[in-house]
Amino acid sequence: MTNVAFRQKLWSAGLIVLFFAGWEAFCLISGMSDLILPRPSQVFATLWQRMPILWPHILQTLGTTMTGFVLGVALGVVLGAVIGVSRTAYDTVYPLLIGFSSIPKVAVVPIFVLWFGSGTVPAVLTSLSICFFPIVVNIATGLATTEPEMEDVLKALGASKLDILWNVGLPRTMPFFFASLKVAITYAFVGTVLAETVASNRGIGNVMMSASSNFNVPLVFAGLFILAGLGVALYAAFSLIEGRVTGWATRKNDLIAA
Amino acid sequence: MMSMHQQHAFSDAAPGATPPARGEPFAPAVELSQACVTFGRGANSVPALAQTSLRIAEGEFVALVGPSGCGKSTILRLASGLVKPTAGVVVVGGREVAAKALRIGMAFQNPTMLPWLTVERNIMLPLKIVQPFRSQYAREKKGAFRDKAHALLAQVGLKGFAGKYPWQLSGGMLQRANLCRALIHEPRLLLLDEPFGALDQFTREELWAIMQELWLAHRPTVLLVTHDLREAGFLASRICVMSARPGRIIDDAAVDFARPRSIAMTFEPDFVALNQRLRELIVDARSVPSAEESA
Repeated sequence: MTNVAFRQKLWSAGLIVLFFAGWEAFCLISGMSDLILPRPSQVFATLWQRMPILWPHILQTLGTTMTGFVLGVALGVVLGAVIGVSRTAYDTVYPLLIGFSSIPKVAVVPIFVLWFGSGTVPAVLTSLSICFFPIVVNIATGLATTEPEMEDVLKALGASKLDILWNVGLPRTMPFFFASLKVAITYAFVGTVLAETVASNRGIGNVMMSASSNFNVPLVFAGLFILAGLGVALYAAFSLIEGRVTGWATRKNDLIAA
Repeated sequence: MMSMHQQHAFSDAAPGATPPARGEPFAPAVELSQACVTFGRGANSVPALAQTSLRIAEGEFVALVGPSGCGKSTILRLASGLVKPTAGVVVVGGREVAAKALRIGMAFQNPTMLPWLTVERNIMLPLKIVQPFRSQYAREKKGAFRDKAHALLAQVGLKGFAGKYPWQLSGGMLQRANLCRALIHEPRLLLLDEPFGALDQFTREELWAIMQELWLAHRPTVLLVTHDLREAGFLASRICVMSARPGRIIDDAAVDFARPRSIAMTFEPDFVALNQRLRELIVDARSVPSAEESA
């Protein structure tokens, strides 16, 4: 690792420590009740003590989110490819898509519950419906903005539309795709927790809901910390894959670091 | 139309069409019959190419020169099938161009390498698309095909750059790689759109020599669009001069200097005379675009 990159990591770690220290100090000095804002040390202690009980809920939320996310990505890629390749599809499908994505997903959860009962299914559907839109938009934009010169190289060889999509369109769209994955994974968590809060008896969303009705505020915060941790972990995982797959698109950083 | 074309011969060879390579029969590789191209429709339409007829024999090296915007590139794009004629017929390899009866290699002024592939993989791209290589690609991409790519790279002076990414290469290197990509699938028709245009004088001359070598070795039919009259004279066996937009061919001259030609040859009196005559034709074409129209 180079010096610059290391110093950057040090700064961001320092900022996180500073944030928690400031929070802790604020609570201690102001004598804030832990029913309103618990100290981070309390939250971490709760997290540690309750971990055996929390663990199945973490797995539940993670599993639901990943299922919704994977389905959302699949749907998003297919829709995005169709919209990005065909001008007609772009013009006809977009208004409907924007209309759908403008609906607050909170309003949709009761409908899903009505159709499928409470539990995992509405949570999966909510996270799917909330996370597929950024993927559609990014895939479509990536494909629609592919340089015609690049396509001409293959067209002159007599390549089919599918050849061009596979060899030029999709690889060129990869940086857009990964950018949207990072947005979509955080959205997927929002969707899952939303549905769990409204209509489920399992998952972190449900834990936070019942903890808050018992005024167990440190446990509510522990749930928040878990969600943040999961979000960061998945974001980091995608960044890692992104670096491998689309390194060609981010060479500017390499040059600066070199 | 043909009557307006003047046939000129330079040096020692007989006037008229260039003798076909290796004694093959005189079959046109590319034939434009009264082809014209108009971009856009109605009031906004722009004529890019007036009715043009052009025959290129198998194995010929034809250069197209003319003022900028005269439709040189349009002829090239017609031959490649990237553009369809608004009227008239374009036949390549005995069939309508869309049928892809001939293997076509193409190089543009802009090298347009795909940035996510290494130079080697970029060059092998045509093998991935064009039959009969396509069906062997999965098997041979790390075997015979890669050796082929490496051999071509060595030929243009890019030995050891196969594993690099396009952005790690200079403009001249990219243009060399571009030539390799146009040639790797052994095309019978090579379409070159100012491939040396953006290079410095010395790199350009070096690539001319490489181009000549490659042409002498494989003898594809070549259609080269260029602004550079020395380039046209050095490489081509025939030079077609076009009028200003909407372009058509106003002069058709055979170039019969002995091959292999050297850069020094381009400073000899015969060559300079050819150059001078072409230059005057283009200067005229620029100033009176419709002189031939009224005749």
